[in-house]
Amino acid sequence: MTNPSNAPAAADNAELLAEAAAETGRAPRSGWRMLLPTMTPWLAVGLILVGGITLFGLIGPLLVGDPTEIRDQGLTAPTGDFILGTTQTGQDVMAQLAYATRGSLQIGFIVGVLATVLSAFFGIYGAYRGRVVDEAFSLFTNVCLVIPGLPLVIVISGFVPRESRGLWTIALVLAITSWAGSARVLRAQTLSVRNRDYVAASQVSGERPWRVIVVEILPNLLPVIASQFVFAVISALLGEAGLSFIGLGASNSSTLGTMLFYAQNGFALPLGAWWWFVPPGLVIALFGMGLALINFSIDEIINPKLKNTRLHRKRARRALRLERELARTGRKVPRQAAPSDEETVR
Amino acid sequence: MSYFLRKIGFYAIALWAALTLNFAIPRMLPGNPVDILLAKLQQRGGAVSPETRKAYALLLGGDDSRPLWTQYWDYLGNMFRGDLGVSVSYYPAPVSEVISQSIPWTVVLVGLSTIIAAVLGVALGAFVGWKPGTWLDSLIPATTLLAAVPYFWLALLLTYLLARVLGWFPMQGGYDVVLTPGWNWEFIASAIQYGFLPALTIVLASIGGWLLGMRNMMVSTLSEDYILTAEAKGLTPRKILRSYASRNAVLPSVAGFALSLGFVVTGSVITEQVFSYPGIGNRLLGAVQNNDYALMQGVFLFITLAVLGANLVVDLLYGVIDPRTRARN
Repeated sequence: MTNPSNAPAAADNAELLAEAAAETGRAPRSGWRMLLPTMTPWLAVGLILVGGITLFGLIGPLLVGDPTEIRDQGLTAPTGDFILGTTQTGQDVMAQLAYATRGSLQIGFIVGVLATVLSAFFGIYGAYRGRVVDEAFSLFTNVCLVIPGLPLVIVISGFVPRESRGLWTIALVLAITSWAGSARVLRAQTLSVRNRDYVAASQVSGERPWRVIVVEILPNLLPVIASQFVFAVISALLGEAGLSFIGLGASNSSTLGTMLFYAQNGFALPLGAWWWFVPPGLVIALFGMGLALINFSIDEIINPKLKNTRLHRKRARRALRLERELARTGRKVPRQAAPSDEETVR
Repeated sequence: MSYFLRKIGFYAIALWAALTLNFAIPRMLPGNPVDILLAKLQQRGGAVSPETRKAYALLLGGDDSRPLWTQYWDYLGNMFRGDLGVSVSYYPAPVSEVISQSIPWTVVLVGLSTIIAAVLGVALGAFVGWKPGTWLDSLIPATTLLAAVPYFWLALLLTYLLARVLGWFPMQGGYDVVLTPGWNWEFIASAIQYGFLPALTIVLASIGGWLLGMRNMMVSTLSEDYILTAEAKGLTPRKILRSYASRNAVLPSVAGFALSLGFVVTGSVITEQVFSYPGIGNRLLGAVQNNDYALMQGVFLFITLAVLGANLVVDLLYGVIDPRTRARN
């Protein structure tokens, strides 16, 4: 299955790569490294936000006091003793924030993994099998997609008695209601990968279906799966926070959503205790923003057109800088065929 | 024509799935909702006759005397007659009446703010994506913060700043309680004043997604051959932007409009709780807190029905806007 028209294109590519390498003075990136995102300022911000908040959730609870301890200094604004002030019953907001961050990240991660596994099964397996299985799976996926998730979650949580509403129940419910969007994206990607020659070759050589999926198809979908996982974690964090905020979250866990629930029910808003309700939401927003920024860089791998505009921008900026530098040092900017241009204008 | 038939068929299946889910959930989950509900009803002074018990058992399960499929059949019959049972927390009002009272609030609030967010976001996205690489474009990743903000937290924040500190807007409610709802200017003005903050919350929280999607589609569209052709023909940039680039780039946003409605309804359910807005989300939460299972299921069905209907309309329109979708498959 050789395709002669590919040869010059490949040569072209090699030439371009060499050119790019000469331009930056670095060796061209190897094939595996192409799968990793390039470092941009926004990606760095994202990594710092996600890393910092994860560390805070992991280590923070070890450094702070008891989050449930009740003191007689209710609703004190942030001071030296309590960096983020206290709640109505004198509990340390900082300590609560540390434990709540841990709880939220835990549930976000669990739901992210569950939802990604579900979407990979329905998206990739269905598209790979094709025909009736694909039709059935994609119908099921689309039906799950159009049924609004949170109202369903609220109804389910409403029927489950409070005592049996544990962490895993909530995680499962959130995962079941949030996988469909990713499955649709994965299905579309799998359909395009499935018909490539090397997949056909491995099928012809008698590979079993699961091996074709795992070894031939899955590696091509990794960036897409990674980006869908990141989305799943964001939506899980938001969903859990919403559920806990209305008092339907896991009964024995403390998350950022439960913090906001207590703040709302403790009249933090009418009392003006901004230090009580601002930090939990800010942690969710910043963590979500960090994940979304990481997703931006993953998107550039999936859709190279987005990357091209960034590189374009970079080159344009460098050219501008160079031009300015040359003008400053007094040398004439070398313009191609400048004199003849002037002549034609005259 | 078969495109439209296929779409209608799909939404019929989705509706059936939602109805079945509604039937199955209370029967699959632990707890005995019928007993809780009847106890509540008695507290409120309602007479519990065997017929009432039977009606609730049909809705929520717990009637073991009859086979499941006859229960299912009767349940479907009740649904098609619009009989959703009697609400316990608003006893003796039937569920459908409670829903129809609160539906206009949510439809106006969510509908208007979604349209505003979509139009603004798409316009801004087209503008930013038209010239990728400007300083404005490099600020785009910052909009992800808006997309990652929990709706209800943004609502709390806005209420704190604009209502409590600055005192520009009322903190809670849907209208001034001294007024009686009606089509007079005084009442509408009050409703606008009370609805401004919830609407602002929804617009701010959902505009980032529109902007980003449109911007990325613009960037992809700009590298298409027909844009190059248009430039080569010497058309003005304005004309290329308006008639060539935006019109093609906006298609996925149109297709995504209906799906996003589901997310917005979802987000607004909790936002309504923050503002004590008299919409359907507030009713749903009230129903959950009062174990008013009939109302809970009714609201869920109604929200699902509304989202499915909106999706169907957008899908059918999309088939008209983009003929390629009709030809596909």
